[in-house]
Amino acid sequence: MNELVAFISNNLQLLYILILAIFIGVELIKNVPSVLHTPLMSGANALSGVVIVGALLVMLQAKPDDFLSLGLGFVAVVLGILNVVGGFVVTDRMLQMFKKKK
Amino acid sequence: MNITLSIIYLITTITFVIGLKMLGHPETAKKGNLISGVGMGLAIVATIFLHDFEVPFINYILIGAALLVGTVIGYLIAMKVAMTKMPELVSLFNGFGGGSALLIGLVEFGNYSEDATQTSTIIAAIIIGSITFTGSLIAWAKLNGSMKDIRLPHYNLINNLIILALIAFGAYIVMYDSTNLMLIYLLLAASLGYGVLFVIPIGGADMPVVISLLNSLTGIAAAITGILYGNMVMMVGGILVGSAGLILTFIMCNAMNRSLSNVIFGAFGGGDLAIAAVGKTGGTIKKTTASDSAILLNYASKVVIVPGYGLAVAQAQHVIHELEELLTKKGVDVSYAIHPVAGRMPGHMNVLLAESNVNYDKLIEMDNINPQFPNTDVVLVVGANDVVNPAAHNDPSSPIYGMPILDVENAKHIIVNKRSMNAGYAGIENELFFNQKTSMLFGDAKSALTELVSELKNM
Repeated sequence: MNELVAFISNNLQLLYILILAIFIGVELIKNVPSVLHTPLMSGANALSGVVIVGALLVMLQAKPDDFLSLGLGFVAVVLGILNVVGGFVVTDRMLQMFKKKK
Repeated sequence: MNITLSIIYLITTITFVIGLKMLGHPETAKKGNLISGVGMGLAIVATIFLHDFEVPFINYILIGAALLVGTVIGYLIAMKVAMTKMPELVSLFNGFGGGSALLIGLVEFGNYSEDATQTSTIIAAIIIGSITFTGSLIAWAKLNGSMKDIRLPHYNLINNLIILALIAFGAYIVMYDSTNLMLIYLLLAASLGYGVLFVIPIGGADMPVVISLLNSLTGIAAAITGILYGNMVMMVGGILVGSAGLILTFIMCNAMNRSLSNVIFGAFGGGDLAIAAVGKTGGTIKKTTASDSAILLNYASKVVIVPGYGLAVAQAQHVIHELEELLTKKGVDVSYAIHPVAGRMPGHMNVLLAESNVNYDKLIEMDNINPQFPNTDVVLVVGANDVVNPAAHNDPSSPIYGMPILDVENAKHIIVNKRSMNAGYAGIENELFFNQKTSMLFGDAKSALTELVSELKNM
């Protein structure tokens, strides 16, 4: 219990940010018309590629002789950027179709 | 941390929020996507160049190579793949994000495991990252048809036990501050396995929910790795995706009148319930031909088309648009009725029809179209089944009882195009097909509609 209290008081700012971010996410999405559900999901999917920042941090901090970290970091960067680029491009293509109104 | 870097992360976070907001409106969606994309690019470049570490040159080379490889492959896949393959593609990219998170966790376990908070974030990143990675890949395989639903005996029980074991196992590693890498590999293998077992039993009709849920989980994985690094943009970005994905998941669940746990743990389409419901209706069906259907459509004044997954499978979106234009030219009022869970991902039908240039003003959502059915002369159901099944209204024993549906049975005539009399994905008999007003136009959606179009042209 004491540990929990300590954790909360040490990370109070973090908790505020998390909770507020959850509310923003919910509010942003709540009233979106179903026409946009797919692009929205795909766009959000591209945003989850932000994990690439962590992959880059792994690569930046890896020692040059630490082949395991470098190797795994390399794959993590490739996967992360795939998620980012693929996600944004696909969303853009989808939205392009919606624009072509006659 | 470098102040410039922090400010850039702040800007990126703002672009994420604005971008997501703009994605919610048809006019601004494209720009919104671009704005978050630019923000993301900014964060990536800033992370590489504005850090305080001593970085050997070789690492930069490797980072550059990884970025180049991933960008080229990602761009090519995203540009080349047909629009009808969209659900599986989104799923695939989502899996990559999860994979990235799990690898980060794996590397950092060796470097960071000093205190319990860090170890638990790393463990959580590995578990959630792995589940989304294999889960999304299985979803991808199922959506592109290379994998069927598999239900192991007692899979619910097995899955629940595995997830409990995973949590207990993770807690054990944290509590005993174990730095044993073997344990982590074991945890990794179990999480990857759970991702597979979690998605394989889920039926086709529930795919929109699962994809949306996996999407949300990737966001949570990103947020957790963000906590590990104390990195605000990862944290906030990840949480935004997580909560947005979760809301979308609940919207999908509501559209089916089912709870999330029912989708994940419920044996839809495979349980005894569904079997009991089959064969209860019976009765006779009325077959029709393309020419008879064409006559019916030609002399109607209001036609509503109800597209379903069968339309996507048959790739008939262009033909149906041709049919719609042809009828409009003949003075028929044509619109499309879109059920929120028609297809295999949220908004699947909208994307499919947009690809063939259908004006999105013609796509009417369920709540708006339902009151119009009594004034509708002909409803043309193409490859949809469960979303028009009246059992949802009047058969309390049906597994889909209570699910909001398109009330097509209120229309004057109903033409149902289906490949055969097989039950829908939910495995339930549809009494609509036995309705006196219903005529069945059997055949693949594309060939049946093509025939319909040519008949109409001759009139």
